[in-house]
Amino acid sequence: MSEEQLLVRRIREGTVIDHIDAGKALLVLRALGITGREGSVVTVAMNVPSVKLGKKDIIKIEGRLLAADETNKIALIAPKATINIVSDYRVREKRRVELPDEFIGVFNCPNPSCISNSERSVASRIEVLDKEKQKLRCWYCRRILEANELISSIH
Amino acid sequence: MANPFYRRDVISTRDMTREEMDLLFNATDRIRGMNMQERLSLCRGRVLCYLFFEPSTRTRLSFEAAMASIGGSSIGIASGKESSMEKGESLVDTIRVVDSYSDVIVLRHRMDGSARLAAEVASNPVINAGSGAEEHPTQAMLDLYTILKEKGRIDGLRIGIVGDLKYSRTVYSLLYALAMYRVDVHLVAPPLLRIRRESLYAMDSLSIREHDSIDEVVDTLDVIYVTRIQRERFPDAQEYEKVKHSYVIDDRVLARARSDAIVLHPLPRVDEVAYHVDSDARARYFKQASYGKDVRAALLALMINAIPPV
Ligand SMILES: [Zn+2]
Repeated sequence: MSEEQLLVRRIREGTVIDHIDAGKALLVLRALGITGREGSVVTVAMNVPSVKLGKKDIIKIEGRLLAADETNKIALIAPKATINIVSDYRVREKRRVELPDEFIGVFNCPNPSCISNSERSVASRIEVLDKEKQKLRCWYCRRILEANELISSIH
Repeated sequence: MANPFYRRDVISTRDMTREEMDLLFNATDRIRGMNMQERLSLCRGRVLCYLFFEPSTRTRLSFEAAMASIGGSSIGIASGKESSMEKGESLVDTIRVVDSYSDVIVLRHRMDGSARLAAEVASNPVINAGSGAEEHPTQAMLDLYTILKEKGRIDGLRIGIVGDLKYSRTVYSLLYALAMYRVDVHLVAPPLLRIRRESLYAMDSLSIREHDSIDEVVDTLDVIYVTRIQRERFPDAQEYEKVKHSYVIDDRVLARARSDAIVLHPLPRVDEVAYHVDSDARARYFKQASYGKDVRAALLALMINAIPPV
Protein backbone atom coordinates (compact mmCIF):
# COMPACT_ATOMS: atom_id res chain seq x y z
CA MET A 1 0.00 0.00 0.00
CA SER A 2 1.40 3.37 -0.95
CA GLU A 3 1.93 6.07 1.59
CA GLU A 4 -0.87 8.06 0.03
CA GLN A 5 -3.42 5.28 0.45
CA LEU A 6 -2.34 4.71 4.03
CA LEU A 7 -3.06 8.28 4.98
CA VAL A 8 -6.76 7.88 4.55
CA ARG A 9 -8.54 4.65 5.18
CA ARG A 10 -10.55 2.94 2.50
CA ILE A 11 -14.24 3.51 2.71
CA ARG A 12 -17.04 1.08 2.06
CA GLU A 13 -19.50 3.54 0.65
CA GLY A 14 -19.29 7.23 -0.02
CA THR A 15 -17.58 9.92 -2.04
CA VAL A 16 -13.86 10.55 -2.35
CA ILE A 17 -12.86 13.94 -3.65
CA ASP A 18 -9.27 13.76 -4.83
CA HIS A 19 -6.85 16.22 -6.43
CA ILE A 20 -8.13 19.22 -4.53
CA ASP A 21 -5.61 22.06 -4.72
CA ALA A 22 -3.55 21.97 -1.55
CA GLY A 23 -5.12 24.05 1.20
CA LYS A 24 -8.57 24.22 -0.36
CA ALA A 25 -10.18 21.23 1.39
CA LEU A 26 -11.97 23.32 4.01
CA LEU A 27 -13.37 25.64 1.37
CA VAL A 28 -14.58 22.61 -0.55
CA LEU A 29 -16.43 21.38 2.53
CA ARG A 30 -17.92 24.84 3.02
CA ALA A 31 -19.09 24.98 -0.60
CA LEU A 32 -20.65 21.57 -0.28
CA GLY A 33 -22.39 22.64 2.90
CA ILE A 34 -20.75 19.82 4.89
CA THR A 35 -20.29 20.94 8.47
CA GLY A 36 -19.71 17.66 10.26
CA ARG A 37 -23.05 17.95 12.03
CA GLU A 38 -24.45 15.45 9.52
CA GLY A 39 -23.01 12.70 11.68
CA SER A 40 -21.25 10.71 8.97
CA VAL A 41 -17.51 10.14 8.98
CA VAL A 42 -15.65 12.81 7.02
CA THR A 43 -11.92 12.49 6.59
CA VAL A 44 -9.84 15.42 5.42
CA ALA A 45 -6.23 15.07 4.36
CA MET A 46 -4.26 18.17 3.53
CA ASN A 47 -0.95 18.67 1.77
CA VAL A 48 -0.71 15.07 0.66
CA PRO A 49 2.28 14.53 -1.70
CA SER A 50 1.03 14.12 -5.25
CA VAL A 51 2.79 13.30 -8.48
CA LYS A 52 0.42 15.48 -10.52
CA LEU A 53 -0.03 18.47 -8.25
CA GLY A 54 3.02 18.34 -5.99
CA LYS A 55 0.68 18.62 -3.01
CA LYS A 56 -3.03 18.07 -2.82
CA ASP A 57 -5.94 17.73 -0.43
CA ILE A 58 -8.29 14.77 -0.27
CA ILE A 59 -11.75 14.50 1.30
CA LYS A 60 -13.61 11.28 1.99
CA ILE A 61 -17.25 11.50 2.90
CA GLU A 62 -18.64 8.21 4.13
CA GLY A 63 -22.21 7.17 3.54
CA ARG A 64 -23.00 9.91 1.01
CA LEU A 65 -22.97 9.55 -2.73
CA LEU A 66 -22.72 13.08 -4.04
CA ALA A 67 -24.42 13.78 -7.37
CA ALA A 68 -22.73 15.79 -10.10
CA ASP A 69 -24.83 18.90 -9.46
CA GLU A 70 -23.55 18.88 -5.89
CA THR A 71 -19.90 18.25 -6.64
CA ASN A 72 -19.93 20.79 -9.47
CA LYS A 73 -20.36 23.42 -6.77
CA ILE A 74 -16.63 23.08 -6.07
CA ALA A 75 -15.55 23.62 -9.68
CA LEU A 76 -14.29 27.16 -9.02
CA ILE A 77 -12.48 26.25 -5.83
CA ALA A 78 -10.94 22.97 -6.94
CA PRO A 79 -11.09 22.81 -10.74
CA LYS A 80 -8.80 19.80 -10.95
CA ALA A 81 -10.72 17.73 -8.43
CA THR A 82 -11.73 14.19 -9.30
CA ILE A 83 -14.80 12.61 -7.80
CA ASN A 84 -14.84 8.91 -6.95
CA ILE A 85 -18.13 7.34 -5.99
CA VAL A 86 -17.46 4.26 -3.91
CA SER A 87 -19.69 1.40 -2.96
CA ASP A 88 -18.64 -1.96 -1.57
CA TYR A 89 -15.07 -0.67 -1.40
CA ARG A 90 -15.01 -0.27 -5.19
CA VAL A 91 -14.94 2.88 -7.26
CA ARG A 92 -18.21 2.70 -9.20
CA GLU A 93 -17.98 6.06 -10.87
CA LYS A 94 -15.16 8.47 -11.54
CA ARG A 95 -15.74 11.96 -12.83
CA ARG A 96 -14.30 15.46 -13.03
CA VAL A 97 -15.95 18.61 -11.83
CA GLU A 98 -17.49 20.98 -14.32
CA LEU A 99 -18.66 24.58 -13.97
CA PRO A 100 -22.45 24.56 -13.60
CA ASP A 101 -24.70 27.10 -15.36
CA GLU A 102 -25.19 28.83 -12.04
CA PHE A 103 -24.21 28.59 -8.38
CA ILE A 104 -27.13 28.86 -5.99
CA GLY A 105 -26.29 29.67 -2.39
CA VAL A 106 -22.62 28.68 -2.68
CA PHE A 107 -20.94 32.07 -2.68
CA ASN A 108 -21.89 35.48 -1.36
CA CYS A 109 -22.09 38.28 -3.88
CA PRO A 110 -19.02 40.47 -3.18
CA ASN A 111 -21.05 43.61 -3.88
CA PRO A 112 -22.02 44.87 -0.40
CA SER A 113 -24.96 46.78 -1.90
CA CYS A 114 -26.43 43.67 -3.48
CA ILE A 115 -29.92 42.72 -2.33
CA SER A 116 -28.85 39.07 -2.08
CA ASN A 117 -26.67 40.06 0.90
CA SER A 118 -29.39 41.85 2.83
CA GLU A 119 -32.48 39.65 2.43
CA ARG A 120 -32.34 36.73 4.78
CA SER A 121 -34.57 34.47 2.73
CA VAL A 122 -32.66 34.97 -0.52
CA ALA A 123 -29.92 32.59 -1.64
CA SER A 124 -27.18 34.10 -3.76
CA ARG A 125 -27.34 33.27 -7.43
CA ILE A 126 -24.17 33.49 -9.49
CA GLU A 127 -24.49 32.82 -13.20
CA VAL A 128 -21.69 31.35 -15.26
CA LEU A 129 -21.83 33.31 -18.50
CA ASP A 130 -18.76 31.74 -20.08
CA LYS A 131 -17.40 28.48 -18.73
CA GLU A 132 -14.12 28.63 -20.60
CA LYS A 133 -13.24 32.19 -19.65
CA GLN A 134 -14.82 31.77 -16.20
CA LYS A 135 -17.02 34.80 -16.75
CA LEU A 136 -19.35 35.08 -13.77
CA ARG A 137 -22.20 37.42 -12.94
CA CYS A 138 -24.49 37.95 -9.99
CA TRP A 139 -28.01 37.30 -11.20
CA TYR A 140 -29.40 39.96 -8.84
CA CYS A 141 -27.09 42.97 -9.14
CA ARG A 142 -25.57 41.99 -12.54
CA ARG A 143 -22.04 42.70 -11.44
CA ILE A 144 -19.40 40.80 -13.37
CA LEU A 145 -17.41 38.88 -10.79
CA GLU A 146 -13.98 37.31 -10.56
CA ALA A 147 -13.57 33.72 -9.44
CA ASN A 148 -11.18 34.90 -6.73
CA GLU A 149 -13.56 37.36 -5.12
CA LEU A 150 -16.22 34.67 -5.01
CA ILE A 151 -13.91 32.13 -3.44
CA SER A 152 -12.80 34.58 -0.79
CA SER A 153 -16.47 35.30 -0.05
CA ILE A 154 -16.86 31.89 1.60
CA HIS A 155 -13.82 32.08 3.87
CA MET B 1 -49.20 41.92 -33.09
CA ALA B 2 -48.39 40.50 -29.69
CA ASN B 3 -47.80 43.02 -26.93
CA PRO B 4 -44.29 42.40 -25.57
CA PHE B 5 -44.98 44.60 -22.53
CA TYR B 6 -48.05 42.78 -21.32
CA ARG B 7 -47.46 41.70 -17.72
CA ARG B 8 -43.76 42.13 -18.23
CA ASP B 9 -41.28 43.26 -15.60
CA VAL B 10 -39.29 46.37 -16.45
CA ILE B 11 -36.02 45.94 -14.62
CA SER B 12 -33.25 46.91 -17.00
CA THR B 13 -32.98 48.63 -20.35
CA ARG B 14 -30.57 45.83 -21.24
CA ASP B 15 -33.61 43.54 -21.48
CA MET B 16 -35.18 45.67 -24.20
CA THR B 17 -34.90 45.74 -27.96
CA ARG B 18 -35.04 48.68 -30.29
CA GLU B 19 -38.34 47.42 -31.70
CA GLU B 20 -39.83 47.45 -28.21
CA MET B 21 -38.51 50.96 -27.64
CA ASP B 22 -40.16 52.07 -30.91
CA LEU B 23 -43.39 50.43 -29.86
CA LEU B 24 -43.32 52.26 -26.52
CA PHE B 25 -42.66 55.59 -28.22
CA ASN B 26 -45.46 54.97 -30.67
CA ALA B 27 -47.86 54.22 -27.82
CA THR B 28 -46.68 57.41 -26.11
CA ASP B 29 -47.47 59.43 -29.23
CA ARG B 30 -50.93 57.89 -29.40
CA ILE B 31 -51.68 58.58 -25.75
CA ARG B 32 -50.56 62.18 -26.14
CA GLY B 33 -52.96 62.50 -29.06
CA MET B 34 -55.98 61.19 -27.16
CA ASN B 35 -58.64 63.39 -25.67
CA MET B 36 -59.21 63.24 -21.95
CA GLN B 37 -62.15 60.83 -22.17
CA GLU B 38 -60.17 58.33 -24.20
CA ARG B 39 -57.18 58.54 -21.93
CA LEU B 40 -59.18 58.12 -18.77
CA SER B 41 -60.89 55.02 -20.06
CA LEU B 42 -57.58 53.17 -20.61
CA CYS B 43 -56.83 51.92 -17.10
CA ARG B 44 -59.99 52.65 -15.16
CA GLY B 45 -60.15 50.56 -12.02
CA ARG B 46 -56.51 49.57 -12.25
CA VAL B 47 -54.17 50.12 -9.32
CA LEU B 48 -50.51 50.98 -9.24
CA CYS B 49 -48.68 50.33 -5.98
CA TYR B 50 -45.50 52.31 -5.41
CA LEU B 51 -42.95 51.25 -2.84
CA PHE B 52 -40.33 53.94 -2.40
CA PHE B 53 -37.97 52.68 0.25
CA GLU B 54 -35.70 55.48 -0.81
CA PRO B 55 -37.67 58.68 -1.18
CA SER B 56 -37.94 60.36 -4.56
CA THR B 57 -40.78 62.80 -4.78
CA ARG B 58 -40.34 63.51 -8.48
CA THR B 59 -40.27 59.97 -9.76
CA ARG B 60 -43.16 58.97 -7.54
CA LEU B 61 -45.24 61.96 -8.61
CA SER B 62 -44.47 61.25 -12.24
CA PHE B 63 -45.76 57.69 -11.90
CA GLU B 64 -48.81 58.85 -9.96
CA ALA B 65 -49.58 61.53 -12.53
CA ALA B 66 -49.09 59.00 -15.33
CA MET B 67 -51.46 56.49 -13.75
CA ALA B 68 -54.05 59.19 -12.98
CA SER B 69 -53.88 60.44 -16.57
CA ILE B 70 -54.97 57.04 -17.89
CA GLY B 71 -57.74 56.64 -15.34
CA GLY B 72 -56.02 54.39 -12.82
CA SER B 73 -55.19 55.04 -9.21
CA SER B 74 -52.09 54.73 -7.07
CA ILE B 75 -51.46 53.56 -3.54
CA GLY B 76 -48.19 53.07 -1.77
CA ILE B 77 -45.37 53.92 0.55
CA ALA B 78 -43.51 57.13 -0.16
CA SER B 79 -40.53 56.63 2.10
CA GLY B 80 -38.81 53.74 3.79
CA LYS B 81 -39.01 55.60 7.08
CA GLU B 82 -42.75 55.32 7.45
CA SER B 83 -42.81 51.69 6.40
CA SER B 84 -42.40 48.37 8.05
CA MET B 85 -39.06 48.11 6.25
CA GLU B 86 -37.61 50.18 9.04
CA LYS B 87 -38.94 47.65 11.48
CA GLY B 88 -36.98 44.96 9.72
CA GLU B 89 -39.62 43.49 7.44
CA SER B 90 -37.99 41.98 4.42
CA LEU B 91 -38.53 43.24 0.91
CA VAL B 92 -39.78 39.81 -0.07
CA ASP B 93 -42.53 39.92 2.57
CA THR B 94 -43.55 43.45 1.62
CA ILE B 95 -43.82 42.52 -2.05
CA ARG B 96 -45.89 39.43 -1.27
CA VAL B 97 -48.37 41.54 0.67
CA VAL B 98 -48.83 44.38 -1.81
CA ASP B 99 -48.83 42.05 -4.81
CA SER B 100 -52.46 41.21 -4.13
CA TYR B 101 -53.50 44.88 -3.86
CA SER B 102 -52.38 46.10 -7.27
CA ASP B 103 -51.89 45.48 -10.98
CA VAL B 104 -48.37 46.91 -11.18
CA ILE B 105 -45.71 47.45 -8.53
CA VAL B 106 -43.29 50.37 -8.86
CA LEU B 107 -40.24 49.93 -6.67
CA ARG B 108 -37.42 52.18 -5.62
CA HIS B 109 -34.86 50.66 -3.29
CA ARG B 110 -31.31 51.43 -2.27
CA MET B 111 -29.95 47.95 -2.96
CA ASP B 112 -28.65 46.75 -6.32
CA GLY B 113 -30.78 43.94 -7.73
CA SER B 114 -33.77 44.79 -5.52
CA ALA B 115 -36.16 45.13 -8.46
CA ARG B 116 -35.06 41.80 -9.91
CA LEU B 117 -35.76 40.14 -6.58
CA ALA B 118 -39.15 41.83 -6.31
CA ALA B 119 -40.05 40.69 -9.82
CA GLU B 120 -39.05 37.16 -8.95
CA VAL B 121 -41.41 37.20 -5.96
CA ALA B 122 -44.39 39.16 -7.32
CA SER B 123 -46.95 37.61 -9.61
CA ASN B 124 -47.82 41.03 -10.98
CA PRO B 125 -45.31 42.97 -13.06
CA VAL B 126 -42.70 45.15 -11.37
CA ILE B 127 -41.24 48.40 -12.66
CA ASN B 128 -37.81 49.31 -11.41
CA ALA B 129 -37.93 52.98 -10.44
CA GLY B 130 -34.32 52.97 -9.25
CA SER B 131 -32.32 50.12 -7.76
CA GLY B 132 -29.17 51.07 -5.88
CA ALA B 133 -26.46 52.39 -8.21
CA GLU B 134 -27.63 49.93 -10.79
CA GLU B 135 -30.51 51.10 -13.01
CA HIS B 136 -33.48 53.39 -13.51
CA PRO B 137 -34.91 52.17 -16.81
CA THR B 138 -38.00 54.37 -17.15
CA GLN B 139 -35.81 57.46 -16.86
CA ALA B 140 -33.79 56.20 -19.83
CA MET B 141 -37.00 55.56 -21.78
CA LEU B 142 -38.18 59.11 -21.26
CA ASP B 143 -34.70 60.47 -22.01
CA LEU B 144 -34.70 58.73 -25.38
CA TYR B 145 -38.25 59.82 -26.11
CA THR B 146 -37.27 63.41 -25.33
CA ILE B 147 -34.26 63.22 -27.63
CA LEU B 148 -36.42 61.73 -30.37
CA LYS B 149 -39.06 64.43 -30.06
CA GLU B 150 -36.70 67.35 -29.64
CA LYS B 151 -34.07 66.32 -32.19
CA GLY B 152 -36.27 64.31 -34.53
CA ARG B 153 -33.98 61.27 -34.39
CA ILE B 154 -31.56 59.40 -32.16
CA ASP B 155 -29.27 57.72 -34.69
CA GLY B 156 -26.30 59.78 -35.74
CA LEU B 157 -26.31 62.12 -32.74
CA ARG B 158 -23.37 63.10 -30.57
CA ILE B 159 -24.48 62.77 -26.99
CA GLY B 160 -22.52 64.15 -24.06
CA ILE B 161 -23.25 62.89 -20.55
CA VAL B 162 -21.83 65.05 -17.80
CA GLY B 163 -21.47 64.70 -14.03
CA ASP B 164 -21.37 61.83 -11.60
CA LEU B 165 -21.25 58.83 -13.88
CA LYS B 166 -20.02 56.36 -11.31
CA TYR B 167 -23.01 56.34 -9.00
CA SER B 168 -25.77 57.56 -11.30
CA ARG B 169 -28.05 54.64 -12.10
CA THR B 170 -29.79 56.84 -14.63
CA VAL B 171 -26.63 56.99 -16.71
CA TYR B 172 -26.24 53.20 -16.83
CA SER B 173 -29.80 52.65 -17.98
CA LEU B 174 -29.33 55.39 -20.56
CA LEU B 175 -26.10 53.92 -21.90
CA TYR B 176 -27.61 50.43 -22.15
CA ALA B 177 -30.49 51.93 -24.11
CA LEU B 178 -28.23 54.05 -26.32
CA ALA B 179 -26.35 50.88 -27.25
CA MET B 180 -29.37 50.02 -29.43
CA TYR B 181 -28.73 53.09 -31.57
CA ARG B 182 -25.87 54.41 -33.68
CA VAL B 183 -24.67 57.31 -31.56
CA ASP B 184 -21.37 58.77 -30.38
CA VAL B 185 -21.30 59.05 -26.62
CA HIS B 186 -18.96 61.43 -24.82
CA LEU B 187 -18.68 60.98 -21.09
CA VAL B 188 -17.49 63.94 -19.04
CA ALA B 189 -16.68 63.33 -15.39
CA PRO B 190 -14.06 64.07 -12.76
CA PRO B 191 -11.61 61.16 -12.40
CA LEU B 192 -13.21 60.08 -9.11
CA LEU B 193 -16.63 59.77 -10.67
CA ARG B 194 -15.88 58.13 -14.01
CA ILE B 195 -18.13 55.41 -15.33
CA ARG B 196 -17.81 51.90 -13.85
CA ARG B 197 -16.32 50.26 -16.91
CA GLU B 198 -17.11 46.81 -15.55
CA SER B 199 -20.81 47.62 -15.77
CA LEU B 200 -20.51 48.25 -19.51
CA TYR B 201 -19.73 44.68 -20.55
CA ALA B 202 -21.18 43.41 -23.80
CA MET B 203 -21.66 46.92 -25.17
CA ASP B 204 -18.91 46.97 -27.76
CA SER B 205 -21.26 48.39 -30.37
CA LEU B 206 -21.51 51.72 -28.52
CA SER B 207 -18.86 54.32 -29.26
CA ILE B 208 -17.81 55.87 -25.93
CA ARG B 209 -15.13 58.47 -25.31
CA GLU B 210 -14.19 59.92 -21.95
CA HIS B 211 -13.24 63.51 -21.16
CA ASP B 212 -12.15 65.42 -18.08
CA SER B 213 -13.94 68.66 -18.89
CA ILE B 214 -17.04 69.73 -20.77
CA ASP B 215 -14.91 72.30 -22.61
CA GLU B 216 -13.23 69.54 -24.58
CA VAL B 217 -16.40 68.55 -26.41
CA VAL B 218 -19.24 70.97 -25.83
CA ASP B 219 -19.02 72.60 -29.27
CA THR B 220 -19.69 69.29 -31.04
CA LEU B 221 -22.58 67.91 -29.00
CA ASP B 222 -26.19 67.53 -30.14
CA VAL B 223 -27.37 66.53 -26.68
CA ILE B 224 -25.89 67.71 -23.38
CA TYR B 225 -27.17 65.43 -20.65
CA VAL B 226 -26.29 66.67 -17.19
CA THR B 227 -26.44 64.73 -13.94
CA ARG B 228 -25.93 65.86 -10.40
CA ILE B 229 -22.55 65.70 -8.70
CA GLN B 230 -22.98 65.12 -5.02
CA ARG B 231 -20.61 66.90 -2.71
CA GLU B 232 -20.57 63.87 -0.43
CA ARG B 233 -18.76 61.82 -3.07
CA PHE B 234 -15.63 63.89 -2.56
CA PRO B 235 -13.18 63.28 0.27
CA ASP B 236 -13.12 66.99 1.10
CA ALA B 237 -15.06 70.10 0.20
CA GLN B 238 -12.07 71.82 -1.34
CA GLU B 239 -11.60 69.03 -3.82
CA TYR B 240 -15.22 69.41 -4.83
CA GLU B 241 -14.99 73.19 -5.18
CA LYS B 242 -11.94 72.75 -7.40
CA VAL B 243 -13.59 70.52 -9.97
CA LYS B 244 -17.23 71.46 -9.93
CA HIS B 245 -17.08 74.26 -12.55
CA SER B 246 -15.81 71.81 -15.12
CA TYR B 247 -19.18 70.10 -14.95
CA VAL B 248 -21.54 73.03 -14.63
CA ILE B 249 -23.62 74.16 -17.59
CA ASP B 250 -23.88 77.94 -17.60
CA ASP B 251 -23.78 80.86 -20.06
CA ARG B 252 -20.07 80.43 -20.59
CA VAL B 253 -20.47 76.80 -21.66
CA LEU B 254 -23.64 77.38 -23.64
CA ALA B 255 -21.92 80.16 -25.59
CA ARG B 256 -19.75 77.47 -27.12
CA ALA B 257 -22.52 74.90 -27.59
CA ARG B 258 -24.22 74.39 -30.93
CA SER B 259 -27.25 76.54 -31.53
CA ASP B 260 -29.39 73.43 -32.08
CA ALA B 261 -28.06 71.48 -29.09
CA ILE B 262 -30.45 70.49 -26.32
CA VAL B 263 -29.74 70.38 -22.59
CA LEU B 264 -31.34 67.59 -20.57
CA HIS B 265 -31.26 66.72 -16.88
CA PRO B 266 -33.10 63.95 -15.00
CA LEU B 267 -33.84 66.45 -12.19
CA PRO B 268 -33.69 67.42 -9.41
CA ARG B 269 -30.72 69.66 -10.05
CA VAL B 270 -28.63 71.44 -7.49
CA ASP B 271 -26.30 73.87 -9.23
CA GLU B 272 -24.94 71.84 -12.14
CA VAL B 273 -27.26 73.67 -14.52
CA ALA B 274 -27.26 77.37 -13.74
CA TYR B 275 -30.72 78.83 -13.26
CA HIS B 276 -30.25 81.43 -15.96
CA VAL B 277 -29.97 78.55 -18.47
CA ASP B 278 -33.70 77.88 -17.94
CA SER B 279 -34.57 80.77 -20.24
CA ASP B 280 -32.25 79.52 -23.00
CA ALA B 281 -34.20 77.85 -25.82
CA ARG B 282 -31.84 74.88 -25.65
CA ALA B 283 -32.90 73.98 -22.11
CA ARG B 284 -35.37 71.10 -22.44
CA TYR B 285 -35.32 69.50 -19.00
CA PHE B 286 -38.78 70.62 -17.96
CA LYS B 287 -40.16 69.37 -21.23
CA GLN B 288 -38.30 66.14 -20.53
CA ALA B 289 -40.14 65.80 -17.22
CA SER B 290 -43.44 66.41 -18.98
CA TYR B 291 -42.71 63.78 -21.62
CA GLY B 292 -41.74 61.48 -18.76
CA LYS B 293 -45.27 61.36 -17.46
CA ASP B 294 -46.59 60.37 -20.90
CA VAL B 295 -43.92 57.73 -21.51
CA ARG B 296 -44.74 56.19 -18.12
CA ALA B 297 -48.45 56.33 -18.89
CA ALA B 298 -47.80 54.49 -22.17
CA LEU B 299 -45.63 51.91 -20.45
CA LEU B 300 -48.30 51.29 -17.79
CA ALA B 301 -51.05 51.06 -20.40
CA LEU B 302 -49.01 48.56 -22.41
CA MET B 303 -48.19 46.46 -19.34
CA ILE B 304 -51.87 46.35 -18.46
CA ASN B 305 -52.71 45.67 -22.13
CA ALA B 306 -55.00 48.67 -22.19
CA ILE B 307 -53.65 49.98 -25.48
CA PRO B 308 -52.97 47.86 -28.57
CA PRO B 309 -49.32 47.62 -29.58
CA VAL B 310 -49.73 48.63 -33.28
ZN1 LIG C 1 -25.00 40.75 -6.46
